[in-house]
Amino acid sequence: MLSIRNISKTFHPGTVNEKTALKSVSLEMKSGDFATIVGSNGAGKSTLFNAITGAFYVDEGQILLGGEDITFKKEYLRSKDIGHLFQDPLLGTAPHMTIEENMALAYMRASGRHSPFGHISKKDKELFREQLSLLDMGLEDRMKNPVGLLSGGQRQALTLLMATVVTPKILLLDEHTAALDPATAEKVLELTKKIVAQRGITCLMVTHNMHQALETGNRTLMMYNGRIILDVTGKERENMTVEELLEKFKKQAGELLDNDRILLSS
Amino acid sequence: MAAIFTMSIIQRALELGCIYALIAIALYISFTLLNIADLSTDGCFTLGCAVGAMVTMAGHPILAFFMAMGAGVCSGFVTAFLQTKMGVQSILAGIIVNTGLYTINLAVMGFSSNINLYGCDTLFSIAKNVSENKVYRDWYEFGIVFAVVLAVCLVLAWFLNTSLGLSIRATGDNEHMVKASSINPGRMVTVGLCISGSLTALSGAILGQYQKSCDINFGTGQVTIALASLVIGGTLIHKGGMFKRILGVVFGSCLYRFIAALALRLSLPTEAMKLVSAVIVAAAISFPYLKEKAGFIKKRSGMRKTAAGGGTGE
Repeated sequence: MLSIRNISKTFHPGTVNEKTALKSVSLEMKSGDFATIVGSNGAGKSTLFNAITGAFYVDEGQILLGGEDITFKKEYLRSKDIGHLFQDPLLGTAPHMTIEENMALAYMRASGRHSPFGHISKKDKELFREQLSLLDMGLEDRMKNPVGLLSGGQRQALTLLMATVVTPKILLLDEHTAALDPATAEKVLELTKKIVAQRGITCLMVTHNMHQALETGNRTLMMYNGRIILDVTGKERENMTVEELLEKFKKQAGELLDNDRILLSS
Repeated sequence: MAAIFTMSIIQRALELGCIYALIAIALYISFTLLNIADLSTDGCFTLGCAVGAMVTMAGHPILAFFMAMGAGVCSGFVTAFLQTKMGVQSILAGIIVNTGLYTINLAVMGFSSNINLYGCDTLFSIAKNVSENKVYRDWYEFGIVFAVVLAVCLVLAWFLNTSLGLSIRATGDNEHMVKASSINPGRMVTVGLCISGSLTALSGAILGQYQKSCDINFGTGQVTIALASLVIGGTLIHKGGMFKRILGVVFGSCLYRFIAALALRLSLPTEAMKLVSAVIVAAAISFPYLKEKAGFIKKRSGMRKTAAGGGTGE
């Protein structure tokens, strides 16, 4: 579904702030793959996501989504096929608009059948109500309330719903439960797993929780210094403990560090 | 009240309130919904007035409004183009267009700074001759401007609930989300500013016919006054659907005219009006903030009293 081929990105090239955030990263995601990504701050996780959504264009390499080359496709045009959730629950919804209006916007996004002068129809409202009731948060009875009145957890759940109201080709979750309290985070994560599994959505999820990284989805990726240094799937992943994962990470990262030292000293 | 406000003063305040309400509605789109400080309003207003006046002089008083709105759309488009395609900051884009419009307005008016429409057919003069009835003669002007404003409110309320309208509102509310919703924010800003420009220009054209004249300085300070109306309206009505909110803006505009009329009534010279406007605007905008602050101070002193003698202090 998603194939990333040797993409690189350097920010502020030629200045003192020069930072190579992605170093020839490659990644193949099959349809229905659900991969978690772990890695320390600055490893390039969010940059990888932003490269996929088109917040910037990559310096090298190629990105294909559903067989289409989107390397130089504009951000707002790509977003039709991409669902993107951020750590900040406020980013995904418009606070001064009602729940219903937010849902309508998301629905228009992906269905692409609304004319510019179309209104929210009764049928649309029914669909939204039905979808909102899946959240089990009572939002279906508050469709006329501005989203700004909702709690962070409710807003994040709503954003998740909006991102998947029409099945996206890929869903990007950037630590989308990290800013929520543990109970709410658990609930939103369960909801995420449920929706992703039901629709067979191809999904990438960044997390700092090692248990989550091994338990959620069917694949675990580890990033370090702008590279994907670990990719565990299948049997190996099933039997892996957090300790082993960390051990493996240290080993891989250590080798990279050694390589860098050799480069620097020569 | 009757002693301070005569019937004719109330009438005039309502008429002007409705005419200028169109600018306030325009700012509601650009300032409140799109979150853009569009400072081309002054020039755009005069542009509408000038274009309207020239077409009226040529003998097409109704066409004048549409021509003026067309000119306003162009003005809004240029402002939007500068900020979405040329990387000019939104405030600067407005100021640049405003400055440029001064020359364009003069050119439209045939390089004279003042034209008058006495003896020309206007919408008002045509409507006046419909009936000799005294009540009609007293109120027809208000009837016309009120009908126009009401129509604008209805169409706009309808429009802002369409797919395109929702997208425009979301652009100002959370641009981040809009980009992630496959909506082109630049296009939304352009559409919004074109609509806003057309309403500002329409206001100018109506005022031109209403006052039977056009002056190059008509627009000066309009953005401030419209902002005051917007804030007054927003303070009074801040809940409810689109139609109710837009109506609140009209209400705010009328209220502003009443305050201004009161100021004139207290024998302030007309030259002082600009200063009075500025004071009203500053007061209207700072009022919600001060209200909140006063509430806090009251609450704090109450809490200090209950914690009697516990000289904690900050």
